[in-house]
Amino acid sequence: MSTVVETHDHGHHGPAKGLTRWLFTTNHKDIGTLYLWFSFLMLFIGGSMAMVIRAELFQPGLQIVQPEFFNQMTTNHGLIMVFGVIMPAFVGLANWMLPMQIGAPDMALPRLNNLSFWLLPMAFGILISTLFMPEGGPNFGWTFYAPLSTTYAPSTVNFFIFSVHIMGISSILGSINIITTIFNMRAPGMTLMKMPLFVWSWLITAYLLIAVMPVLAGVVTMMLMDINFGTSFFNAAGGGDPVLFQHVFWFFGHPEVYIMILPAFGIVSHIIETFSRKPIFGYSSMVYAMASIAVLSFVVWAHHMFTVGMPLAGELFFMYSTMLIAIPTGVKVFNWIATMFRGSITFETPMLFAIAFVALFTIGGFSGLMLAIVPADFQYHDTYFVVAHFHYVLVPGALFGIISGVYYWLPKWTGNMYDEILGKTHFWLTFFSVNLTFFPMHFVGLAGMPRRYPDYALQFADFNMLISVGAFIFGLTQLLFLFIVIKSIRGGKKARAEVWEGAENLGLEWTIDSPAPYHTFTVQPQVK
Amino acid sequence: MESKKTIRNLLGIVVCMFAFGWLLIPIYDVFCEITGLNGKVTGPSFLSESSKAMEQREVLIQFMTHNNESMPWTFESEEVQMRIMTGSQQEAIFVFKNTTDREMIGQVIPSVSPGRGAEYFHKTECFCFERQTLAAGERIELPVRFIVDPALPKEIGSLSLGYTLFDITDQFTKKDKIANL
Amino acid sequence: MAVFADMSDANMAVGVTEVSKEIFDLHMLIFWVCVWIGVVVFGIMFWSLWKYRKSKGAIAADFDDNFWLEIGWTVAATLILVVIAIPSTTVMVKAYDDAEGEINIMVTGSQWKWHYKYLEDGISFYSNLSTPQEQIDNKMPKGEFYLKEVDQPLVIPINKRIRFLITGNDVIHSWWVPDFAVKQDAIPGFINTAWTNVPTPGIYRGNCTELCGIKHAFMPVVVRAVEQDEYDAFVAERILLAENEKMLTSKDWTAEELFERGESFYQTNCVACHQVNGQGIPPVFPALEGSQIVLNDAPRQIEILMEGVQGAAMASYADYSEVDIAAVITYTRQAWTNGENGDGVIVTPQDIVAYKNKIEL
Repeated sequence: MSTVVETHDHGHHGPAKGLTRWLFTTNHKDIGTLYLWFSFLMLFIGGSMAMVIRAELFQPGLQIVQPEFFNQMTTNHGLIMVFGVIMPAFVGLANWMLPMQIGAPDMALPRLNNLSFWLLPMAFGILISTLFMPEGGPNFGWTFYAPLSTTYAPSTVNFFIFSVHIMGISSILGSINIITTIFNMRAPGMTLMKMPLFVWSWLITAYLLIAVMPVLAGVVTMMLMDINFGTSFFNAAGGGDPVLFQHVFWFFGHPEVYIMILPAFGIVSHIIETFSRKPIFGYSSMVYAMASIAVLSFVVWAHHMFTVGMPLAGELFFMYSTMLIAIPTGVKVFNWIATMFRGSITFETPMLFAIAFVALFTIGGFSGLMLAIVPADFQYHDTYFVVAHFHYVLVPGALFGIISGVYYWLPKWTGNMYDEILGKTHFWLTFFSVNLTFFPMHFVGLAGMPRRYPDYALQFADFNMLISVGAFIFGLTQLLFLFIVIKSIRGGKKARAEVWEGAENLGLEWTIDSPAPYHTFTVQPQVK
Repeated sequence: MESKKTIRNLLGIVVCMFAFGWLLIPIYDVFCEITGLNGKVTGPSFLSESSKAMEQREVLIQFMTHNNESMPWTFESEEVQMRIMTGSQQEAIFVFKNTTDREMIGQVIPSVSPGRGAEYFHKTECFCFERQTLAAGERIELPVRFIVDPALPKEIGSLSLGYTLFDITDQFTKKDKIANL
Repeated sequence: MAVFADMSDANMAVGVTEVSKEIFDLHMLIFWVCVWIGVVVFGIMFWSLWKYRKSKGAIAADFDDNFWLEIGWTVAATLILVVIAIPSTTVMVKAYDDAEGEINIMVTGSQWKWHYKYLEDGISFYSNLSTPQEQIDNKMPKGEFYLKEVDQPLVIPINKRIRFLITGNDVIHSWWVPDFAVKQDAIPGFINTAWTNVPTPGIYRGNCTELCGIKHAFMPVVVRAVEQDEYDAFVAERILLAENEKMLTSKDWTAEELFERGESFYQTNCVACHQVNGQGIPPVFPALEGSQIVLNDAPRQIEILMEGVQGAAMASYADYSEVDIAAVITYTRQAWTNGENGDGVIVTPQDIVAYKNKIEL
């Protein structure tokens, strides 16, 4: 890739002391840490909601919660995982790693960076507090279709809308920061096509975010107006159209799901390269593939709406465009495997998660391809088959990408190797339970169980019980992950600057000490 | 700093995309009007000269009425279906009755199925999208006058017209209240 | 292939119509394509992971691209997609057929029941979940068709082209019968169409497939396909039923007869919100037991049943017969402790007719 002139940082001053350090920090490492801990907390909160859902679905009948509350659980589980876990975790990894990977001392707009983070606890505080209000929290699904989410929503929907606006602002400001940093602060010699793939993945993701978060802001504002100011954007009585909501929402929603996976693609490329001891196969194709996925993501949105009554030509168009996305995605999968092929492979924890990512994300991709086929989708739509698909691409997809990134970079952040045996245990338990939880969902969906159901017909009982057991194991296992992270912060085998064998040539982050000093690259390195 | 230019451009994209989200509303309406998608038909429309010259054929027209939610009026079409020739002027009568003891305002929203047939269904007179105010107990009959374009694609053998009656009384009392503030 | 068709607890329904069978075949085709791609791709991956382990002495090569290989697999992937797209398109065009229906049925989704109206014959009825609340609350063992049974299924004749005209009454619902491969959203203010032609008599069960509120899981779709003569008998029976209702309206009902009829109506149509014990789920669903209106204000109670309550979940029940409305009102006024504490007024079908007439010009 490139050789690098060593620079050693001598920090002028360390971090501030006390709690105010975290409130006022403008340091990208601190802010990265804040995002990551926030997202870890949200993982447990959103995860608890999943546990409530799976506890109710353990058996047919209503045992634990009533449908009113169940609908709040499904809705908030989705909102928290999407906006509170996956997105902030990737932003946290971006904050920590992007400046170091491009040889910059910090992000371009450090104070804006601080604001971008602190907006999130505010937004989620508002959202979660609605669950404790008398009318209950949002109960219309994370996709909040009108008119269920407008005319028929509890009045707490206004807090929900406010909360979504704040999350959107946080993402937009963060993305402006990321793009500006990447364009303007790269070390001399680092041309765009020499950038690490994680940096590329975030450049593309940040553009997607600034393109579609404003559209989400628009659609929730329209909702607000329909609910409170008598407009009829989505109200047929006034000449509006509930289906318009779906079009505008999914115009945001589809790029959103690529926002949630692209950074994982970047991370996994780094990890496979490192642990195969071989350069990533097809670097430029990887870049072009991510860019084409991003561009294509704008023209596939109606594949979420195949049963809404679109005319034949529309349905066929979206079928073809959706199938097309399989091509650049497939190219990436082939390239990861071609990197492993004739490499020299070891199986540390990050690599285990990355390999599982490739295999299981691909399975999610297969069910995605099946869903793209419109006539077949008539039988899949709004069933557990869809739930299986998106959980495969999000959990052993995006989440495994995040977890593998955490294991990969944790020694750089803390200066200590995490406990490898515990890490592998975490991996195998997670791998087993993730599949036990989400694989049977394919079957139960094909057999006819719809989604967002608190209760179901008897033929779905056996698989549902298995799924619930898997989910409980998965949830408990993440407590082990928490333990591993805390343990590694507090001590462990000392990590070298390079951490992983041969990594020194793989990225600028491996040329600085572990733990990384508070201020790094205060003098720009030269990149050849 | 060169960053300032980048930031300005990015903020520009943000503003444009926010505007684009709102533009999707009229874009969607225009798109639906042009293609008749979604069965949305807006107002009266007329036969073109070339259509008038085309051969006529028989088509089945079905009328369905539906009261949204708890709208208590009686709302029925006199004919549930009629077989008519394309290109000729037709009329269907609808009966509205306010069965409550207070004045109410209703509005009918039409929907044509199949959606792509909507552009061939020319209404020369219709009560759609018009506010209907009925006093307590009042009953009226209103016509829909239409011509089905002879250019209607052969694959479409019947057109189903759905009329949904909505109660919009509250929207006007609310607006009056706001106006009086 | 057949063994997969039999795995109805784990695989898509083959269904009984031509379209549903073609969709099943398409589903299995794509499934096998994915399986084979998976076998090849994962095979190479796991083999590489095994063969090129550093622990067994593998030394890494240093190639990082191969132009023709990349072109090759990109083209291969594209070709596979084209091959899949062709049958997908043909099946789609067939399913989207817009021809005239021999029988046209308007399907309306409400919170939380379906309504069917046969346009040619003029008959119509609601279709409610008939699984007893006790089964849902785990107080009774669950029946075989738990959550998949209704009081009045949709009845259609076999071998006729049935056209469904689907709309929503409040929020978006979705009408799905897996055995017909028919699923269309029920959108308020808009009509969607679907069609089917069922060759085999039987009972076919489906679900609402768009989140519509608290009873989303409790409004199943049940269709009975029968021979033509049985269908004709059904239609005749329903026409007679409607006429009988009209006659029953003018008969003299005793309080006990009304109570009994009302109780049955209440169990089907009211317990979801007002609960079996009349306690409701305040504040959203008011309690009927001890309610001032139910105890002392029969005229207002009639008004509520006939018009619904603006801004609340209570819909108008004016679509139901005068007998049913009078019976359920009388039931609530007599049930639980209301019989002892109320004003004792019962409501008869004639009262409902009078209400309707009073407000006619």
